[in-house]
Amino acid sequence: MSVKSQDDESAITAAGNTVYVYEAPVRIWHWLNALSIVVMAVTGYLIASPLPSVAGEASDNFLMGYIRFAHFAAGYVFAIGMLLRLYWAFVGNHHARQLFMLPVTDKNWWAGLVQEMRWYLFIEKYPKKYVGHNPLGHLFMFFAITLGGTFMIATGFALYGEGAQEGHWSHTLFTGWLIPLFGQSQDVHTWHHMVAWGIVLFMILHIYTAIREDILSRQTMISAMISGQRTFRE
Amino acid sequence: MSVETFYEVMRRQGISRRSFLKFCSLTAASLGLSPTMAPKIAHAMETKPRTPVIWLHGLECTCCSESFIRSAHPLAKDVVLSMLSLDYDDTLMAAAGHQAEAIIEQVKTKYKGNYILAVEGNPPLNEDGMFCIHGGRPFVEVLKETAADAKAIISWGSCASWGCVQAAKPNPTRATPVHKVITDKPIIKVPGCPPIAEVMTAVVTYMLTFDRIPELDRQGRPKMFYGQRIHDKCYRRPHFDAGQFVEEWDDEAARKGFCLYKMGCKGPTTYNACSTVRWNGGVSFPIQSGHGCIGCSEDGFWDKGGFYDRVTDIKEFGVESNADRVGGTVAGIAGAAVAAHAAVSALNKARNDKNDQNKGDK
Ligand code: HEM
Ligand code: SF4
Repeated sequence: MSVKSQDDESAITAAGNTVYVYEAPVRIWHWLNALSIVVMAVTGYLIASPLPSVAGEASDNFLMGYIRFAHFAAGYVFAIGMLLRLYWAFVGNHHARQLFMLPVTDKNWWAGLVQEMRWYLFIEKYPKKYVGHNPLGHLFMFFAITLGGTFMIATGFALYGEGAQEGHWSHTLFTGWLIPLFGQSQDVHTWHHMVAWGIVLFMILHIYTAIREDILSRQTMISAMISGQRTFRE
Repeated sequence: MSVETFYEVMRRQGISRRSFLKFCSLTAASLGLSPTMAPKIAHAMETKPRTPVIWLHGLECTCCSESFIRSAHPLAKDVVLSMLSLDYDDTLMAAAGHQAEAIIEQVKTKYKGNYILAVEGNPPLNEDGMFCIHGGRPFVEVLKETAADAKAIISWGSCASWGCVQAAKPNPTRATPVHKVITDKPIIKVPGCPPIAEVMTAVVTYMLTFDRIPELDRQGRPKMFYGQRIHDKCYRRPHFDAGQFVEEWDDEAARKGFCLYKMGCKGPTTYNACSTVRWNGGVSFPIQSGHGCIGCSEDGFWDKGGFYDRVTDIKEFGVESNADRVGGTVAGIAGAAVAAHAAVSALNKARNDKNDQNKGDK
């Protein structure tokens, strides 16, 4: 665990200071994720509730096929990205590790979480400064992306392996044990679908809070995920 | 009395050698084996002592038996049936009462550890099993006793494999699938409500001739028949991939035979051989008749929401709703909350900025 305590960082969070937080691989991953999740959310919805029928011969059309292809291609991007991101947690700077663990034993973190909630309930007048993610954002990201994303990859490839059939790596790695674990294929579909909505919910809150913090908090948010530099202000 | 071979039994039943050889080729084909296996099957049947089969009926509707005796290839049916009925099947055999029950005892002692137990239906466990009585005793007792000396067990149909409709919530009799009661024997699940006749005869024949159980998947179903979903081999699949769906039962798309996905077809989540083997001698199967698959060979198909919904209802949240309604509502509320929160934040900021200015703050 190497997320530094706030005391260590108070020196570098003075107004006007800029800290390099998000390294290039993390930023690229972030935006690739954003793209692939939007693609998967839209195509996933259309897989469950397809568009109105197309006219003409079946052999002249492949609409559902393309929609499913886009979903699976984005799925591969998302899954491979997650693996590379995990690798980066080991070799990148200490901020790169933050997403993969919650410092639940750290009292400061809990205090920060309460403080951040009070800030969102308009009780606190001023937010705190954080070089990495603030505790509330950290909590949501951990559940939605780290856990939720892993869940979507596991269930997604379990469903994918059903079509790819026995012998395909996805069948060996996921389908074989996941489908019986959930009961049957239909249950996996339902859970994949439910958690998809959970991720959409996260996206709404994530985008709102990022913009809000960019304007109201004492640090940059959006530009930080573009340039990697977080600038602090008073 | 020496133990008869399969071949001897068949000849005694009046089956000619020619028919016998035909049966062997047919079996090889239906099991997906190469033609060179046919003589091996013939040889095995000529030399191997016959393995007896006891067929018990628990809580069920007998649709498995009904399917079985309608096996499309009369030969296969005659052969397998004659092999079976020689021993015990309370629905099909001539004997009755104490005479019939004595057969179970006989087979148990004479073929200890060497007979196959086929179970149709399942034991209900509530009230000490009194919801299903077999020869004056709870079925669960008979099942346990008969299973004790069996070589292997075949769970016929969704009842024996998963529980089926009698196990639907709230399952008042506590109908329980066989593998949850008998845990120390190899169990072959042949789910379906009912299973396809040819699948049933092929499974029995495979076990009798090769003296081993067919390769099973993790849930205990023979891979050769349950390795693929209906959707993987459905002849309407091109319409699915094209994006051509039936939207109403009487629309033009229905007449054109488009994909039944939007009508709730469970083909994409159901493992069975209907779209390849089909029913009634390959005449048709539900999707070919214009109705979606209801997923009758899947665990819990009776408790998984409507047969006619694609995104099915879930009851985990107390109310009946589906993923889109729950998710859409939550996302909608979140959107409204975000808008309200943003408005308050803006007001707050304006007020704070003003205060700060008044105070001449930095
Ligand atoms: C954030 C990520 C994801 C979202 C939001 C998402 C969304 C969805 C949704 C809403 C469905 C329809 C579920 C239903 O049947 O009711 C679906 C189906 C599916 N998803 Fe995903 N998904 C995601 C990730 C993945 C991944 C990583 C894979 C892996 C390849 C994947 C593979 C599949 C497959 C195979 C299906 C079933 C397609 C079919 O039945 O034709 N998904 N997804
Ligand atoms: S009718 Fe059912 S099984 Fe056939 S392609 Fe459509 S969804 Fe799949």
